[in-house]
Amino acid sequence: MNDSTFLEQLRAFLARPGNQSPHNQFLGMQIVHLEHARAVLRVPYRAALAGNATSGVLHGGVITTVIDSACGVSVIAALGKRMGIATLDLRIDYLKPARPGEAVTAAAHCYKVTRNICFVRALAYHSDRDDPIANCAASFMITSLEPAGPALTEETL
Amino acid sequence: MNFVEIIHAARDSGDYHRLGEAIPYMESLGLSVAPCDGGVVLLLAAAELHVGNPWRQALHGGLIGAVLETAAIVQLILEPDVETLPKPINITVDYLRSGRVVETRARARVTKLGRRVANVYASCWQDDEARPIATLSGHFLMT
Repeated sequence: MNDSTFLEQLRAFLARPGNQSPHNQFLGMQIVHLEHARAVLRVPYRAALAGNATSGVLHGGVITTVIDSACGVSVIAALGKRMGIATLDLRIDYLKPARPGEAVTAAAHCYKVTRNICFVRALAYHSDRDDPIANCAASFMITSLEPAGPALTEETL
Repeated sequence: MNFVEIIHAARDSGDYHRLGEAIPYMESLGLSVAPCDGGVVLLLAAAELHVGNPWRQALHGGLIGAVLETAAIVQLILEPDVETLPKPINITVDYLRSGRVVETRARARVTKLGRRVANVYASCWQDDEARPIATLSGHFLMT
């Protein structure tokens, strides 16, 4: 299977309701963009996800989670086939506070793939990538060469 | 009451139940704080909505990071003379084992509390505190 076919299947798979993880569904995570080694994911604003009931800013944990998810999807998009992967580590620099009532977007780039480890950079922002909320460097381990879960062409989990 | 005041009131009364009212995200996730061994421990109740990998039934890594970060912030507020909400500067999370869908706990200790910056270590485990599923090291701005 060539890379563009794989990306098309991955895009369609993730776009089907119910094909994202329960936690990503809980957060209302959306796949905004997917290309080779790159993924952009977004969590829409919801008061139930605020870190502070008074200010209404999304909790830092939501930012961490959307970044982790975007990094993971970028790794799969870089590998070009379904494999088992696990986050090894995640370092996040918080550059400025998130704004109340706004969605958070994370753009990740898996810039290096080796036999065992994949390296990723990511930024989180509201609407302007040049004005980021957080910067991330992460590494992932390839835990299994066998695809985890169902084939991408299957309708549901 | 702001978050710092709520934590201080909880420390004085030993009742941490009101935390959820101030932090909707914690309530939504089933994340709570309980007194333990003179300090506090964070408890994440087991729930299907925490799953990040449905095929392996593993907890979402981002969520584990969120639990560790919350543990660090709560522990900092409980340090003597801390009156402001610590703001994360950066965090590094190491993932050591896959998290299963069972009750998950986290505890933090302040490595250094400076005038402006604090360094905190936190650890997250399931059955055995000696076998952590993830650890965090982070810097927090205290001013």
